[in-house]
Amino acid sequence: MEQPTSAPLKKTPLNTRHRATGARMGAYNGWDMPLEYSGIAHEHMAVRTCAGLFDVSHMGEIEMAGRDALAALQRITSNDVSKLRVGDVQYSGVLTHAGTFVDDVLVYRLGPDHFLLVVNAGRVAADYDWIAAQITDAGDVVAVDASSRYAVLAVQGPAALEAIQPLTGVDLRGLKHHAFAHGEVASVRATVSRTGYTGEDGFEIFVPPQSADKVWQAILASGGPSGLVPAGLGARDTLRLEAALRLHGSDIDETTTPVEADLGWMVGWDKGDFTGAAVLRAQKVRGADRKLIGFQLLDAGIARSGHEVYVGDVKVGAVTTGTHTPFLKKAIGMAYVSIGHAVAGAEIEIDIRGRRTRARIVPMPFYKRPTYNV
Amino acid sequence: MSYPAGFKYTKDHEWIELTGDRAKVGVTDYAQQQLGDVVYVDLPDIGDTLKKGESFGTIESVKAVSELYAPVAGEVVEVNTALKDKPEAVNSNPHDTWLVILKVGSPAEMDGLLDAAQYADLVK
Repeated sequence: MEQPTSAPLKKTPLNTRHRATGARMGAYNGWDMPLEYSGIAHEHMAVRTCAGLFDVSHMGEIEMAGRDALAALQRITSNDVSKLRVGDVQYSGVLTHAGTFVDDVLVYRLGPDHFLLVVNAGRVAADYDWIAAQITDAGDVVAVDASSRYAVLAVQGPAALEAIQPLTGVDLRGLKHHAFAHGEVASVRATVSRTGYTGEDGFEIFVPPQSADKVWQAILASGGPSGLVPAGLGARDTLRLEAALRLHGSDIDETTTPVEADLGWMVGWDKGDFTGAAVLRAQKVRGADRKLIGFQLLDAGIARSGHEVYVGDVKVGAVTTGTHTPFLKKAIGMAYVSIGHAVAGAEIEIDIRGRRTRARIVPMPFYKRPTYNV
Repeated sequence: MSYPAGFKYTKDHEWIELTGDRAKVGVTDYAQQQLGDVVYVDLPDIGDTLKKGESFGTIESVKAVSELYAPVAGEVVEVNTALKDKPEAVNSNPHDTWLVILKVGSPAEMDGLLDAAQYADLVK
């Protein structure tokens, strides 16, 4: 997860708090972020069984507004934005003309002509430049990189709702999955969204940066007695893997399309033209050459990103994410394999540092939470 | 955690405890802290002969994989098979959890390894 960088690392408004409370810090996409508080496994299990509190202020926010904002987003993003009512959130792709990912994003409809895109930390500049270039002739629409206006706290796990509800007038139980509401949390102006990146029920709370620490402390005080713990990016990564949520830079990037990533559901097939549509439609009709699959190792070992996948002597793909995860307690992962071999139940071999290790292709997600607490 | 005075240590964060010609080898408390939750340990076969500094296996945590290096030359006479089901013992009890036992040809092999004070200073 550590990446060499010469530029000074950016700090979220909670950086001092993380350091003061013993987080192990590390570089991630140009940010100095908490990787672990009490340990990846402990934090991971807390989120599956109770709740975890994450600082995800490194995520970027791009706002788009204007009478033509909807039309522009219909062209720039893969999903059908017209299906969003004010207060809804939609998972979508910002794609190149080749149908590959500039980024995967969440689109929030703040108002009829006002949208917020939550984008990956390492992609803010690339996304903004791409979007700005695409809206030069799009009529009445502006795009603004609003990342510095938001701190974002994620509260994830079956006890997330109970931890936050005492702090807010927003009716959290009434908030549908992938919906948001404006209100206050711990007397701080906030937007509360029922979204997350862990496979659990949970919320993401957007607050002004100067108030982030107050909200962080209030949530710890409210949820701590019942087992909520602060958590870092390490657990966030293992949680999202169990839930088979793709990570830009690992599982999807500018060389892969939503069809190849098995994310056809993030494409608005019935809407009009959009950037990358021709490639996606062609892939849908005649099939892509490869597909992202989930696997579970049958032999001992742990497959990691970059390990090659074989069927017999033929190299058929490569691992994009893999580790041994704390809740399932299995070595699992995702890999792109050529389409003829992307068959659930089929056996593949993964070259783990020179050792062929058997694995089975399994349906994703690897983990699905027992119930929806909607 | 303190580093046992009877052990020797390597700069690669292995410990070694020599009794007669038998040497228990494990990883240090510092190593397990850096690794985080250990989930898999891949060890050599009994009978393998290791050169000093040779990789004899890997230790994997959720986030990373690390090579294990032989602190001394020797023949593998025992491997800790209990780690297959309980790799987390490396985290909870690093200095009581040996990975392999080597039969060491000569006590002189231990020359040049760090003592506890030197190692503690290295990871300070």
